[in-house]
Amino acid sequence: MSDMDEMDEGSGIVKKFMFLNRKAPHGTVYALEGLEVVLITAAFDQDVSMVFTDDGVYQLMKGIDTKGIEVKDFSKTYRALEGYDIEKLYVDQASMDARGLTEDDLIVDVTVLPVDEMANLMAEQDVVISF
Amino acid sequence: MPMVNIAGKEVEVDEEGYLVDLSQWNEDVAKYMAVEEKVEMTESHWEVVNFLREYYAEYQIAPAVRVLTKAIGKKLGPEKGNNKYLYELFPYGPAKQACKIAGLPKPTGCI
Amino acid sequence: MLHIVNKSATERSSLESCLRMATKGSAVLLIEDAVCAATSGNAAAAKIQAAAADLKIYALGPDLAARGMAGRVLDGVNVVDYGGFVDLVAEHSNCQSWL
Repeated sequence: MSDMDEMDEGSGIVKKFMFLNRKAPHGTVYALEGLEVVLITAAFDQDVSMVFTDDGVYQLMKGIDTKGIEVKDFSKTYRALEGYDIEKLYVDQASMDARGLTEDDLIVDVTVLPVDEMANLMAEQDVVISF
Repeated sequence: MPMVNIAGKEVEVDEEGYLVDLSQWNEDVAKYMAVEEKVEMTESHWEVVNFLREYYAEYQIAPAVRVLTKAIGKKLGPEKGNNKYLYELFPYGPAKQACKIAGLPKPTGCI
Repeated sequence: MLHIVNKSATERSSLESCLRMATKGSAVLLIEDAVCAATSGNAAAAKIQAAAADLKIYALGPDLAARGMAGRVLDGVNVVDYGGFVDLVAEHSNCQSWL
């Protein structure tokens, strides 16, 4: 919860931000850090896309149970993104295929994109932030 | 980290007074935190605190004020889902105060 | 020898290096992000299954569960808990971690 939300909308300039997630959860801190940055960025009313490619698609797996490794299960937090008005979630088709995953395996609704469309989406961003 | 004795139970808090272990929360802890924050708990306060706890259980984060306001409006009605109402209950910010009383960790993005 | 791999096979070459060096009868334990290689549909699954002919392949259960993979483990891969991890280390005279 951020009290900085009380600030005005700022200059009103809206840029296209892409947050690119390429790491599996838990083995490194990238996935959790990336998610937290997105939640903070949401306060600035920008045009945010979240993209999951390579091992990043593992972040969205259903049925995660982290009790055994004693870390927070932040997979539930992806379901809060809608409430933060972050609704553009994209997943790379080839990355899903290479891991035997389908949309049904994921905890949130996503748009699955073929590589050429993903490439175009990346090319049209003002800012890409990679985790 | 500092330990405080609340109703005969040792409870760990961080340097800003937030509960370290969510599972140690109970009503006594909430009341203690409320006194620390100079908030007098009414049914309306408990409603927000319980809402925050439910939100945390579902999403594993404390919501941003804007998100909390919207979510409360959806669940408890527009007369409660607005900044004025929430700041009247928690004058120093629903983010800081209600989360602390609810035993949640310091909110993400709270700078 | 016990070989321990903790990096995802779809991100790094640690598993491949390990399987190239592991001699017949050795044990390979997958932990952390590496456990994903031992799940059905993963690009590394065929390599794991081929290796299982000559090697004993293990995966750490709590790490599988933490990645939503508890129900997708390949046949021929043995799931162990932390106690099993300790037993594997104790049973083998030496150990190599492919960091």
